Amino acid sequence: MNKNYPFATVLAATTSLRNKTGSWRTMCPHYVNLMPPCNAVCPAGENVQQWLSFAQKGHFRQAWNVIVQNNPFPAIMGRICYHTCEKVCNRLHLDEAVNINLLERAIGDIAISHGWKFESVIPATGKKVLIVGSGPSGLAASYFLRKLGHEVEIKEAHALVGGMMRYGVPRFRLPDSIIDAEIRRITDLGVKISCNSRVGNLKSEMNKFDAIYLSIGASKPTKPDVEVRPGSTIIDAVDLFKRLTNEQSHSSVELGKRVAVYGGGNTAIDAARMALRLGAEKVNIIYRRTLNSMPAHEMEIHEALSEGIKILCLRTIKSVDHKEILMEKMNYDEESGILTKSGEEETVTADSVIFAIGQFVDDSIIKNIDGIAMADGGIIGVNECMMTGARGIFAGGDAISAKRTATIAIAHGKKSAHYIDAYLSGKEVEQKQKPDIVNFKKLNTNYYPKIPRINLLPAASISLEERTVALTEKEIIVESSRCLSCGNCFHCYNCYGYCPENAIKKLPDGSLEVDLNYCKGCGICAVECPCGAIKMMQEK
Amino acid sequence: MSYPTIGGPAAEKKNTNVAHDVCVQSQIDRRNTITSGHRACQGCGEALAARCVLDAAYSATNGNIVVVNATGCLEVFSCVYPENAWNIPWLHSLFANAPSVASGVAAAMHVSGKSTRVIAQGGDGATTDIGMGALSGMFDRNDDVLYVCYDNQAYMNTGVQRSSSTPPMARTATTFPVGSYLGNDAKSGKNLPEIAIAHNIPYVATASVAHVTDLEQKVMAAIHIRGARYIHVHVPCPLGWGIKTSETIKIARLAIDCGLFPLFEVVNGAMTTSFTIENLVPVEEYLKPQRRFAHLFGKNAVPDAIAHIQKLADENIKRYKLLGENAHE
Repeated sequence: MNKNYPFATVLAATTSLRNKTGSWRTMCPHYVNLMPPCNAVCPAGENVQQWLSFAQKGHFRQAWNVIVQNNPFPAIMGRICYHTCEKVCNRLHLDEAVNINLLERAIGDIAISHGWKFESVIPATGKKVLIVGSGPSGLAASYFLRKLGHEVEIKEAHALVGGMMRYGVPRFRLPDSIIDAEIRRITDLGVKISCNSRVGNLKSEMNKFDAIYLSIGASKPTKPDVEVRPGSTIIDAVDLFKRLTNEQSHSSVELGKRVAVYGGGNTAIDAARMALRLGAEKVNIIYRRTLNSMPAHEMEIHEALSEGIKILCLRTIKSVDHKEILMEKMNYDEESGILTKSGEEETVTADSVIFAIGQFVDDSIIKNIDGIAMADGGIIGVNECMMTGARGIFAGGDAISAKRTATIAIAHGKKSAHYIDAYLSGKEVEQKQKPDIVNFKKLNTNYYPKIPRINLLPAASISLEERTVALTEKEIIVESSRCLSCGNCFHCYNCYGYCPENAIKKLPDGSLEVDLNYCKGCGICAVECPCGAIKMMQEK
Repeated sequence: MSYPTIGGPAAEKKNTNVAHDVCVQSQIDRRNTITSGHRACQGCGEALAARCVLDAAYSATNGNIVVVNATGCLEVFSCVYPENAWNIPWLHSLFANAPSVASGVAAAMHVSGKSTRVIAQGGDGATTDIGMGALSGMFDRNDDVLYVCYDNQAYMNTGVQRSSSTPPMARTATTFPVGSYLGNDAKSGKNLPEIAIAHNIPYVATASVAHVTDLEQKVMAAIHIRGARYIHVHVPCPLGWGIKTSETIKIARLAIDCGLFPLFEVVNGAMTTSFTIENLVPVEEYLKPQRRFAHLFGKNAVPDAIAHIQKLADENIKRYKLLGENAHE
């Protein structure tokens, strides 16, 4: 090459694209999917952010499909779940939490009105599983096991399917039609449910099935240490709900005009609100601790109070004599949290007293099985794989838990189903590593306008019918759009628009990619990402 | 007001007749008028703002634009011989004469019967100091040019020397705080948007790189107006201001939110505020992350200086109604 250059070297004009500025980079942006707090606290592990992202686009079927990956009962749980998700929603720091519970209910109801069904089952494995008890835990286990291809049979001692969803929750909170519709989807999957068939002999069942799941609940009411003189009307909350469920007419249940309820849990509140609906005019809840320490859900206490129910705190019942209840006041020490008797007595009149101080597990079914034992606290002992001491017998739901909610029961059903599947196929359950939880500090909230939360209408009347809330499609879209999409890209294109280097590429399908040839690693994309879905990591 | 995301619906506008509901910067087919491989520092606000402005102008005119660039960072980092980052017709002549060259280009377009729109652009040095006379002449003649100033408040490419746009008390290479001297003089500086307004030109606006939809709408409104137009864009410079490269937009946003950089638009003499502050912050929040103001904080803190800057912000809030029409003072 013997070229004669002129007096100055002339280079061919070219584009700056030749200059690969990616070599300047020390930090590199990565798109990540982090764990939103709602998902992290949900016992059933619902991917709330994902189904809200479908709902906000009006894709309700996809939203429902995402919900039922983890929870087969959107319409039921949209009514009775205590939605811990809303307590940790990052939006709380901005204005108010997203009304996840109401949206789940709305989408669950849309599914019922459209008759949406679960997707078909994968090829049969030939394994048979018996589930004892058809509460939320048993039903959830049956759903997940059936979807994994196992044959499932549920045996239910009572006349109706649903366990505590049917017998423990009053109808004005959860109508029969909703329970029936959501259970029908499970029986449509091929799960066999026999009612009125109490399992007396678990040993003989063990020969017929490859695995057994005990979701027997906690059905026996705890008897309080109260002196009850003859002539007094005493009823257990569980028995009350059972009678109201089994007998179509409420006329046989006579509570009188003045009713007292003893206990501080959700059942006590439900019983008190039910009493009001059965014609009682004056309802007192008697609870031995303070209002703040009531185990009942805050929202339920609020609704009970708004219906005119009185809560007498720091009182225990000593005796019930005909219509007179003798109570003793308790002293509560704020600092130590210790409760002491004051000796001071007080009376209140009531035509009937409802006891709602808890239930315990009926252990008669496991008495003669080797290996299964009751653990501390009167619950069935299980290992981390949800298996009892007897091989192939698993347990979940209220029977193994001190925290007794339908959501936790569903979580147990889901978890057990996967362990049962692993047990049946001889595989290990894959342990997924959970991504980091996104806290409020990781968000850039400048991009989230304030939008008022859509709430339930205030209780207008005390009625035995469920309060209907029909959200319009637009309301569902608006409320789900309030989701901050914590830790998961929602295609706002801030990264694409704010990159000074054009080093973020928008692909034809709308997804985004960092062009490492030109990214200088300034980090603007990560700071301006509203939802914290971009993480800067050190270049190697 | 909250800040819209780039991909979200654009903010509502009253004063212009531009139908523009999606941000050009969110679009896959944006022109990328200044393309990758340019040599701007990491996190450069000016490179970003220039792309936003010219992409919007390109989109509004179907690509029928010519750009005249003054000397400055933008010109230096975008065309390092023999490479060139510009995806549009682009000219560079001198530091002082961009407005004059643009006037000439506009005249040439006019006599040749072309509808090509002409944009002149430069940094604050070229605009408020060196090219000020040429710019004033362009305004005076009402030449058909849109002039865009990217204001990073000092001569950055030569090593952060003071310009007449450098804010009070800021440290630059030529206003280094020593002893009782607190950096740039408290009463100095030119308010160029107000000077432009005083020329009675048909369109003047301020904009910020932290609010791209607003910036784009202003460009799209201005590009079709006949006569001299001026847009003043606030662009943080991580190197010269001593901020993290990742916080360019954040600092620009804080300048809006504390009131020091008001966003407004003046069409034929009628002023409207284009962004009312939702979360008003004290000026400290804007000043503290910047090393050029570090001497006002810490051990030798100067509360009077900060109070003075706060007063400037408060005056802006009042004058430009930054808290809304009916807000209490």
